[in-house]
Amino acid sequence: MAEEKSKLQSLFEQGEFAVTCEIGPPKNAQGDGIRKHTEHLKPFVDAVNLTDNQTAIVRLSSIGAGVHVLAAGGEPIIQMTTRDRNRIALQSDLLGAYSLGVRNVLCLSGDHQTFGNHQEAKNVYDLDSIQLIKTVKDMREAKVFQSGEVIKQGEPRFFIGAVANPFADPFEFRVLRLEKKIRAGAQFIQTQCIFDMERFEAFMDLARKRGLHQQAYIMAGVMPIKSAKAAKYMQKNVSGMLVPDGIVEKMSKAEDQPAEGVKLCIEQIKHLRTIPGVRGVHIMAVAWEEIVPEIVKGAGLLPRP
Amino acid sequence: MIVAEAKTLEEILESLQGMSKVLVVGCGGCVSVCLAGGEKETGILASTLRMKRELMGDPLETVEETLTRQCDPEYVQQLAKKLEGIDCILSLACGVGVQFLAEQFPQTWVVPALNTLFAGATMEHGLWEERCGLCGECVLARTGGVCPVIRCAKSLLNGPCGGSQNGKCEVKPNECAWQLIYNRMSELGRVELLLEVAGAKDWSKSRDGGPRKMVREDVKIDG
Repeated sequence: MAEEKSKLQSLFEQGEFAVTCEIGPPKNAQGDGIRKHTEHLKPFVDAVNLTDNQTAIVRLSSIGAGVHVLAAGGEPIIQMTTRDRNRIALQSDLLGAYSLGVRNVLCLSGDHQTFGNHQEAKNVYDLDSIQLIKTVKDMREAKVFQSGEVIKQGEPRFFIGAVANPFADPFEFRVLRLEKKIRAGAQFIQTQCIFDMERFEAFMDLARKRGLHQQAYIMAGVMPIKSAKAAKYMQKNVSGMLVPDGIVEKMSKAEDQPAEGVKLCIEQIKHLRTIPGVRGVHIMAVAWEEIVPEIVKGAGLLPRP
Repeated sequence: MIVAEAKTLEEILESLQGMSKVLVVGCGGCVSVCLAGGEKETGILASTLRMKRELMGDPLETVEETLTRQCDPEYVQQLAKKLEGIDCILSLACGVGVQFLAEQFPQTWVVPALNTLFAGATMEHGLWEERCGLCGECVLARTGGVCPVIRCAKSLLNGPCGGSQNGKCEVKPNECAWQLIYNRMSELGRVELLLEVAGAKDWSKSRDGGPRKMVREDVKIDG
């Protein structure tokens, strides 16, 4: 039986600067790729996020993927969106995930289905992300289901995560929304990919003024960019992402673009570590998982505890 | 009002296959205001159908009638005397009207000519927008008079998701409802209201509890 307490939570409590990354589950029923990635990544990261049908594209479930991570000796953070499941299904899956040894859950609303491969789907949104956070917390602390019914024994005791996007609008509301998530029960936060350092610092400044950095472990999100084309695409087409011209320019001028992307990412991590209140880094190397060790090493984050 | 739009001519023709005499019924209520099913649209649809069927070598006879409202048995009953020799009723009302006709005339086949869209209003000539999700538990007092239940693509009750940028929703080209809410709360100096965590909504008051009924004993006329 798995430990009751999440390893990630223990590391934060010990004062470690945590490192997490992301594995996107496959669009098939094969788990060996997730296990291989886990084997490869586990000496370099403390936990691995498993996305929940990201961009609303059907993939192997985050809980299923989390079980593969566990089998390969890794620490999973399952992402759980409120797009596809109502409160009954969400709570049922929380019970199932915990029973299988998963200890970390990241609560989010999820990308709208119009971005995905089933655009005619009905979305659920019975709960929003903040209501899900509160539900997970109430299951653990008050030992009740969302309806108020008592969980007589074996309640799930998740370490609860949430996301924050300092680059979406309205900017002034972003810190308040983070505060709401923490009030609802979020214990760790992973931010959207940071490219606009100035805006992130302004965000952290406001967060510190409200004391939020002392109420939750804030992990800064980074993403190594593989090409100038990718940088331009994100700059133009991804809502809630800010990619400054300077980054696009650096990538365009680079002879070896992937190497430049890695270099930029390492520089960002080194800088982020100096910002008060940043307690870890979350590396989102989408479809480029194999680069994570090089980044972690380059950023001086080895050895992992 | 309830906003609706015409189904495609192909779909309507398909639903009238095998029918030779059709009662085409307009409605003088909401669908008349949103220019989808009033007297004028009823006339145009009936003559278009007749011409199209003529060209198809399968002529269609139509009888036209526009009721004050199709969602009222008193008006609907006026159609009873027009049903002689009719194969089918084609209703240009919202879904309520179509069902009222079907309920009132159990022996008559009834088909819709419109798709019922939403509860909304005219923004400018030729533009209608949705404003109410008919959720049964109004939250507008907490959100500055802007409804996140229906105007946010995810019905979020605690603020904007990470896809809101420059006032736009990640589902283009919609406005972000939470940006509108935030703007209004800021202007009225009430942003602190948005810090309150809104609990899970009671969807049983919406259609998730099954088709709804409203009973007002105080206005019922005792039989």
